Amino acid sequence: MDHHVSVTVDGTVYSGTVESRTLLVHWLREGIGKVGTVVGCDTSNCGACTVLLDGRSVKSCSVLAVQADGAAVTTIQGLATGDEWHPVQVAFKECHGLQCGYCTPGMVMATVDLLSENPNPTEEEIREGLEGNLCRCTGYHNIVKSVAHAASLMGGTK
Amino acid sequence: MTETLATTTAFGRPIKRKEDANLLHGRTNWTDNIQLPGTLHMALLRSPMAHAQISNVDVSGALAMPNVVAAYSAADLGDLNGGVPCVWPVTDDIVMPVFPALATDKVRHVGDCIAVVLATNAASAEDALASIDVDYAPLPAVVNMEQAINNPPAAVHDAAPNNTCYVYNLGGGFDEVAAKADVIVKRRFINQRLIPAFMEPRAVVAAPMGMSDEITLWSSTQVPHILRVLLALVTGIPENNLRVIAPDVGGGFGGKLTCTREEILVTQLARKLGRPVKWTETRSEDMVATHHGRDQIQDIELAATKDGKFLGLKVTLLADMGAYLQIITPGTPLLGMFMFPGIYKMDAYSFKCTGVFTNKTPTDAYRGAGRPEATYAIERIVDEMAAELGMEPMELRKKNWITHEEFPFTTVAGLTYDTGNYEAATAKALDLFGYDQLRAEQKRRRDAGDPIQLGIGISTFTEMCGLAPSRTLGALKYVAGGWEHCTIRLLPTGKCELITGTSPHGQGHETAWSQIASSILGIPVEDIEVVHGDTGRAPYGMDTYGSRSLAVGGQAIKVAADRLVEKARLIAAHQLECAPSDLEFREGVFYVKGDPSKSQALGAVAFEAFTAHNLPDGVEPTLQAESTVDPQDFSYPHGTHLAAMEVDTETGKVTLRKYVCVDDVGNQVNPMIVEGQVHGGLAQGIAQAMYEGAVYDEDGNLMTASLADYTLPSAADLPSFITDTTTTPSTTHPLGTKGVGEAGAIASTPAIMNGIVDAIRHLGVNDVLMPATPQTVWRTIQSAKGAR
Repeated sequence: MDHHVSVTVDGTVYSGTVESRTLLVHWLREGIGKVGTVVGCDTSNCGACTVLLDGRSVKSCSVLAVQADGAAVTTIQGLATGDEWHPVQVAFKECHGLQCGYCTPGMVMATVDLLSENPNPTEEEIREGLEGNLCRCTGYHNIVKSVAHAASLMGGTK
Repeated sequence: MTETLATTTAFGRPIKRKEDANLLHGRTNWTDNIQLPGTLHMALLRSPMAHAQISNVDVSGALAMPNVVAAYSAADLGDLNGGVPCVWPVTDDIVMPVFPALATDKVRHVGDCIAVVLATNAASAEDALASIDVDYAPLPAVVNMEQAINNPPAAVHDAAPNNTCYVYNLGGGFDEVAAKADVIVKRRFINQRLIPAFMEPRAVVAAPMGMSDEITLWSSTQVPHILRVLLALVTGIPENNLRVIAPDVGGGFGGKLTCTREEILVTQLARKLGRPVKWTETRSEDMVATHHGRDQIQDIELAATKDGKFLGLKVTLLADMGAYLQIITPGTPLLGMFMFPGIYKMDAYSFKCTGVFTNKTPTDAYRGAGRPEATYAIERIVDEMAAELGMEPMELRKKNWITHEEFPFTTVAGLTYDTGNYEAATAKALDLFGYDQLRAEQKRRRDAGDPIQLGIGISTFTEMCGLAPSRTLGALKYVAGGWEHCTIRLLPTGKCELITGTSPHGQGHETAWSQIASSILGIPVEDIEVVHGDTGRAPYGMDTYGSRSLAVGGQAIKVAADRLVEKARLIAAHQLECAPSDLEFREGVFYVKGDPSKSQALGAVAFEAFTAHNLPDGVEPTLQAESTVDPQDFSYPHGTHLAAMEVDTETGKVTLRKYVCVDDVGNQVNPMIVEGQVHGGLAQGIAQAMYEGAVYDEDGNLMTASLADYTLPSAADLPSFITDTTTTPSTTHPLGTKGVGEAGAIASTPAIMNGIVDAIRHLGVNDVLMPATPQTVWRTIQSAKGAR
């Protein structure tokens, strides 16, 4: 059965029909061409597909597209403001917090949410906070540094 | 070229990566992003059984499902059902069974492919798989390697009734030195099966390109050039009509160093149906269908005198091939064959490896490929020898390692290590670690009977990087060469294209290769575009694996850049009306010696070469140079890794408290990237010791078939690392670089396990199986207590 959905993604309203079973991540990628958000597993383990849904991070493989109807979604493609990078993006580059970059969209979006909740996390809080996002390249060392650096760039303000 | 490597050059600086801007904004081109009009999506029916006779494969039910365009069994495909190639027949009498893309009469591992469905969308293709009928007649599953060869429940392949793929011998003489030895320590180590688990699942798109005969294949691969050759051989499509593109690739670790059944099927079906075909694996498919790594039973004997001088090493391996041979399945354990003696001097080395077929996912290269297994064995057995002799394990190492004055040194395994300084790396590591203080704490805890015991793990390792030279590979029966190519083009607008045969998937080649070329040519890093991963744009290459990209590809960049300067020199001399030898080239500008007012920048030379209005006689227009380099030898990074491990003797819980490593990878192009490579390798090696393992039940079902069950570590499972380097430049590499991609993964596993064993050795423990989960450690402690 098809459903009509209308979702604001990265500031633009997208409307269309989706099957009941369509996952938000598949609609983002295949429905509206937002391929910056990626799929890394089919068991909700890896977090590569993390986006913000009404400001909070979700694994977009664990949300049905119909559940996002009427909501606002922010993806990695909508994080920067024009040419101005989000501080989390800046921090990941400065601290070499990415290698292949496949986990990066999810890792960055999860970090944005983590820092909105806890603007000055300890190393342990960063590690626990990103537990749902897997990376195979960096050993997490520089991701943790990136998050701490982003927190300082953001001045510890929510 | 030292004159061009001035202080202002990019070489050696921790420059932020060019790659990151796109990756951090989602401006990416993963294979799964590619959506061509008319695409058919492929789904594969995979075997739920490890070993079974199959018959009556009937796809008619699938064909009746919505949006399904085609469906095939192996019989339906006939000759299009190509065999997955293996390029390393390691012995003359190796058994090399056909590995059909779709199984013909038997399935041989869970995840083996039986039939294929093509539909206009991926979900419909997946849905239709349930409508395919197959009759399975189960056969006994061959799971345990020793049972497979000694008391086979079945033959995985009829051509190998006792499941032996090959037996390989090297060296000898152990028994003679053992007869003179005071002490022989013998251990059995299990180097368990691992899953590469790169974050981007494999994906392939193949498309016939309309008016030409070309088929373009996009694949999430490490090896587009090798894949092109192999696909041409397997499918019969002329190689010149195949273009293979590796777009953005999300990790590989050896897992994408191959030619897969899925790549063959996608290519063949696109050709047969005349329209684009696409396949993206699910993670659940990846866990059972992408090749696995490691999986050796290692019987190791080390003979020594009573004062601790090593006399000889005997290595007897059973190496699990899995159900079929892929690209270098049989050769993977042999990549470690030369490294078992590690950094130590001894008189004799006997090596024997038996490759064994089982009803499990095929094995092949995984980060380190053979060398982690070898390093694990030698570094573990050295600790066991130290315990046997009652010697401090670091002192025993010092007594036996090659000292820095002894390089170049030819080891008992026949390799000549060009350089190294184990003393320097070790001294630095001991200092950073606080070795003496931690030993003192260990003693305090032991004396006090603290339930949390402390252990110190040591790994003083070396490895071989950059599989080359080609004639050595030929002698080992490896079918390909070990060279690498680079072309550098200076465009008339002053920009530069650097075309490399390496194929990065996270390593930062775009940044690092620009730094090398910039330092020689004097062109800003940002004006150099590194072209890679496309056989149409970068026609020659041997791709990226085995820490070869810098070790081999870096040499090609240097030679091509030097050649480009020499051609430019002829043109500049003509323009400046002097002899070429009167010119000095400095930071991108030719100066007339003794008259610095007369000069010409390289960009201006490029424009002259483009217009060709005023070139010297005999000099061709355009400013480009190329090089294909076959290195003189391997390179040998080394390092000292130290781990402080806490073991709760009451619960078995293991905690990595501190990890220090000092690696010597020679000259570094970009220390930031080097450090990142080490971190990632450490995480994988530590994960082998503490978390990961592909576990099969007795029926051949993979019990760890999700990332959670496999326990791929998260940030919460690992600490930050203390890393540093020493610099002993390679003497066989013109840039003095070595290789770093695998160092962390090779060195760290034995450091962790030596630390765990050291923490509980006083309880009677002399080995712990990997991964050292609380349950495993607790049981090991209990059984040691029971034995006492």
